[in-house]
Amino acid sequence: MSRSFEFAKRNIRRTPIQAIAASMVMFLTFFALLAFLLVAAGSQQALRFFESKPQIIVFFKEGTTDQDVSTIENALKAEARVIATKFVSKQEALEIYREKNKNDPTLLELVTANILPASLEVSTKSPDDLKPIAQIVSKEPVVSEVIVPVDVIETLTAITTIIRLVGGSIVGFLLIFSMLVILMIIGFKIRLRRGEIETMRLLGASSSFVRNPFILEGMFYGVAGAVSSWIIIYILLWYFTPFLQGYLGEVKMLPVNPVFMMALLGVVLLMACVIGGLGSLGAVRRYLKI
Amino acid sequence: MIVFESVTKKFGSSIALDDISLEIKQGEFVFIVGPSGAGKSTLLRILTRELLPTSGKVYLDKRDLTKLPHKEIPHLRRRVGVVFQDFKLLDERTVFENVALALEVRGKSNKEIEKGVEHILKLVEIWDKRNLFPRQLSGGEAQRTAIARAIVGKPDVLLADEPTGDLDPKTAWGVIQLLNEINSWGTTIIMATHNQEIVNTLKRRVVVLKTGKIVKDSKEGKYE
Repeated sequence: MSRSFEFAKRNIRRTPIQAIAASMVMFLTFFALLAFLLVAAGSQQALRFFESKPQIIVFFKEGTTDQDVSTIENALKAEARVIATKFVSKQEALEIYREKNKNDPTLLELVTANILPASLEVSTKSPDDLKPIAQIVSKEPVVSEVIVPVDVIETLTAITTIIRLVGGSIVGFLLIFSMLVILMIIGFKIRLRRGEIETMRLLGASSSFVRNPFILEGMFYGVAGAVSSWIIIYILLWYFTPFLQGYLGEVKMLPVNPVFMMALLGVVLLMACVIGGLGSLGAVRRYLKI
Repeated sequence: MIVFESVTKKFGSSIALDDISLEIKQGEFVFIVGPSGAGKSTLLRILTRELLPTSGKVYLDKRDLTKLPHKEIPHLRRRVGVVFQDFKLLDERTVFENVALALEVRGKSNKEIEKGVEHILKLVEIWDKRNLFPRQLSGGEAQRTAIARAIVGKPDVLLADEPTGDLDPKTAWGVIQLLNEINSWGTTIIMATHNQEIVNTLKRRVVVLKTGKIVKDSKEGKYE
């Protein structure tokens, strides 16, 4: 096998232009794949975040007593569809408001605890439970308003589905395209080295001796593209983390977990070996008749 | 022992070998002579399983080469070294690397390769050219490299297809002497040629082919 690596290395060195071209195509493919995987994972995490947040916020009318709140809270806790409830008093609401607007003194000056309503945050098992629970709560006379962020989840679910479909299709297309490029380049190299292959055969080279370096070469292009795209993506993510985090607000997904990035590297390396290997195997089967 | 048993080879309607029967013993030096198109190269190519006969059988040490499974062909070719008229040296490899290739395909270690190649290049007297590329060699040096590559794996049989065809007489004689020496170690040599002078001087077995048929087979024969 070490001989095959040596021969593959020699093949790559002999035709650097094709090697660079193949690696760049693989880079583009794996860059798109990594970007897709990150966006898909990110949107999934955002969706999960919104799904797990207290989804219904029940605001109470002025003058609502603790007794009223606890009656509603107990009734909700008895509901199988409700996971948890959390009461936010006027004072706590003010603290949350202050924390969110700490950089804007004008907004802080205008607001006191009295003008903020007390509320009850209600988490449900599934987003489908939101509307029925909201309907039940809104019938209570002490409730002034019920906010149901169903729209956010529905939009996010739609976006996630679109990302999966469009991104998956683009990545699928690029993977096939890369495989064909590898097939073409390795096929070209096989034809270029026909004389050498013929001589090797006459000297008693086995099929694997002739074929393996080409297969390894294809895998190398895949791995080179995958590793370089992973490095670039990681650098870009690291560089844009402050900006992206500001944009994402409460959804905490950055900085990306290094373990997740390593797992991603493992996935793309595996795919690179498969794509490069399959492309070159196709070329070997098509152009190398031993 | 090599045996050709009623071997016929056709290329379409043209007959390259016509019912050839021939026996070559281990350690023999045999000249296959005849005009161009007589079937000399076809005979040699059947022995390396580059070609399959249309009919008949070919044995190497009682093994029928016509029934050899595809995966065993490399093993056959490691037993049968070939020297080509056009050398078939790889342009991008040095003399050393060209010869080393024959051992690389046999799966030898780097140490064995270094030792084996050094020994054989010294034997064929081109050790000092080991770092040169084929384009930097003279015809004789290139042919010596090709011979070194063919024998470095210690084959039982050495096939030489017009090995002196493109060489000047002096260089050609050097090559023949080298083949003679290799034969003295016990390697069977089958050489296709139409160099009359070499055949007649060496006085070895001569098989004459004409339009695919053996027209003469004589020990210590002559090429007339």
